[in-house]
Amino acid sequence: MARTTVPAVSRRTFLAGLAVLSCVGAVRAGDTLTFDELYGKVSVLGLAFSDKAKSLNGKTVSMRGFMAPPLKAEAAFFVLSEIPMALCPFCSSDADWPSNIVVVYIDEKTTFLPPSKLIEVTGTLEVGSWTDPETGFVSLLRLVHSSFEAV
Amino acid sequence: MRTLFLALTASTALIGAAGAATVYPLDRATILAGSPFDFKVEFEGSVKAEDVKIAVNGADYKAALGGEVEFIASEKGKDDAALGSAVLLRGVKIGKAGAYTIEVSAGDEKKSVTWDVYATPEAPKAKNVIFLLGDGLSVAHRTAARLMSKGMTEGKANGRLAMDDLDHMAFIGTSATNAINTDSANTMSAYMTGHKTAINALGVYADRTPPTQDDPKVETIAEALRRTTKKSIGIVVTSEVEDATPAAVVAHTRKRDDKADIVGMLYDVKPDVVLGGGSAYFLSKDVPGSKRKDDKDYIKLFQEAGYKLATDKTELEKATGSDKLLGLFHTGNMDYALDRLQLKKGSVDKFPNQPGLTEMTKIALDNLSKNPEGFFLMVEASCIDKASHPLDMERATLIVVTGDHTHGVSIVGTIDDTLGKQGREKFLVGANAGFPTYTDEDKDGFPDKIDPSRRLAMFVSNYPDHYETFNPKLDGPFEPAVKNEAGEYVANDKYKDVPGAIFVEGNLPKDESTGTHTVDDVVLQAAGPGAEAFKGYMEESDVYKVLADAFALGVKQ
Repeated sequence: MARTTVPAVSRRTFLAGLAVLSCVGAVRAGDTLTFDELYGKVSVLGLAFSDKAKSLNGKTVSMRGFMAPPLKAEAAFFVLSEIPMALCPFCSSDADWPSNIVVVYIDEKTTFLPPSKLIEVTGTLEVGSWTDPETGFVSLLRLVHSSFEAV
Repeated sequence: MRTLFLALTASTALIGAAGAATVYPLDRATILAGSPFDFKVEFEGSVKAEDVKIAVNGADYKAALGGEVEFIASEKGKDDAALGSAVLLRGVKIGKAGAYTIEVSAGDEKKSVTWDVYATPEAPKAKNVIFLLGDGLSVAHRTAARLMSKGMTEGKANGRLAMDDLDHMAFIGTSATNAINTDSANTMSAYMTGHKTAINALGVYADRTPPTQDDPKVETIAEALRRTTKKSIGIVVTSEVEDATPAAVVAHTRKRDDKADIVGMLYDVKPDVVLGGGSAYFLSKDVPGSKRKDDKDYIKLFQEAGYKLATDKTELEKATGSDKLLGLFHTGNMDYALDRLQLKKGSVDKFPNQPGLTEMTKIALDNLSKNPEGFFLMVEASCIDKASHPLDMERATLIVVTGDHTHGVSIVGTIDDTLGKQGREKFLVGANAGFPTYTDEDKDGFPDKIDPSRRLAMFVSNYPDHYETFNPKLDGPFEPAVKNEAGEYVANDKYKDVPGAIFVEGNLPKDESTGTHTVDDVVLQAAGPGAEAFKGYMEESDVYKVLADAFALGVKQ
């Protein structure tokens, strides 16, 4: 399948380039992160990001997962989940987000792939609290300036 | 004649529609004497304050309702749309039992409703009430539980479930105020307040305005217990503690998914024992895993209010005997017993030391029964029968076992893997079905395997497109359908290549992801003082009256 590239990908490339320049040799452009590697500690009183996730903050990272059914047919962000989700948690009153999700921001609105399809997302990993002004969605970790393709 | 009849119907309907204000509580509401509730009238059009007339049993309303209504000239809907005028009076209390007819008019809008305000006996019949709620508990679930855990020989069950010996029963109507269909919020809310409401609503009548927490409130059982007794209150669930069923014990919101706010409502009422999952809504938004959008740390707030905190089975065992106990064992819903005990699937690897429902119920009872004034305990579970076993109760306890709504499930026969066939060819009915081969060697009440060679064939009546595999889904919970780009639910390809799998075209509309709740009556069973009131057909809201009578909640104890 054709790569669904965000037209403004130049910014991502630019950032990735910066990252490479700033710590030559230390960072590969294609670091990968799995859902299992996101958290170092999982407990009732809260989760803690893993050392690997923290060390990749600001760097270009690829993650594999499934696109959760989006709220709208076109949007500038979506939720990447570890398993295919039958439900759109925003749409259904009794559905809830699973804990293993990552919010993915893309630079321009795009249409989406079926939620049963495994995809690989590449973007800049951001660790730290951020509230989306449009949706009020709070994320503590996300991929920004991302692109994705079906695997 | 037929034409005339049609014409009559049409004109009657028109007259009805022209002047129909809505009064909350709705017509035929049953109201516990002395319990606070909000009174609201929604007019269809814009009316003048001075034109609004309200009479209660033919007299001015102010004496009966104990206050003067606030007039709202124009209520606003979505995008500021004008919805009409309204009047509102919060916290009404009617102390004297009887029929109350409320007549409201303004201009050409008129509405008359009658409420049944009921008293209770002076003296309680029961010291304690244990309310066991099986989410979706249908008749087929009871039959399946008996067959799977006890077995059957020559057509007679080899044993009885604990609930099989509860001696009073009733058929319960579960419908919502806005549909014959129903969900876990409005159903449990009817049990826990005595008022039916709309789908997704808890402890309120669903009004027309968009905000979810301004709707006309009714009193919950926890609030009634706090108002009239010194009893302890316990909530034990395997779901999130802020999920619809446990929330109904305390909450007031039009939308069950106001979960972060429901935690605050739990905190306001402070049930003495709260055990379950759902810690994500207790954590401040800056903690990874939090599902709050504010900085409130409810773990800390509960601890400061004197609660002992338990986060796993070991801590729970140590917390036995503490007065106030908050046990949160998962950030989300706790894992099913099947996953915890046998398959180790779900999120058991992340939360390996979750207590079971039986342990939670035992510890809750240990704590609650220390109160000489008695207690109310609500237990929600898919494995109710196991939970009712440790309830070796004194005679002063009313035990109620019921479901909130039904599912369209039926046991149709057996599925036999030993035939060397696949799919529907191994599905046996009639005399061929024989008996299933579940065993329970360890006598824990659960079958040792849920996929023995010959097992129950249980099917549902309503479904999205899916693949039927004729096998239990042992690699994690079954997701029959997934959403496609067009927003329609289509069969999940994951099960396509299971040998013998057949494609089943859905009979539900394509925006439904899984089987829905069904409208069939629920069977309620009960034993203990007051249980004799359960008989025949009852509305879910009528069940509350039996609880209120048992505790004499109409009288300050």
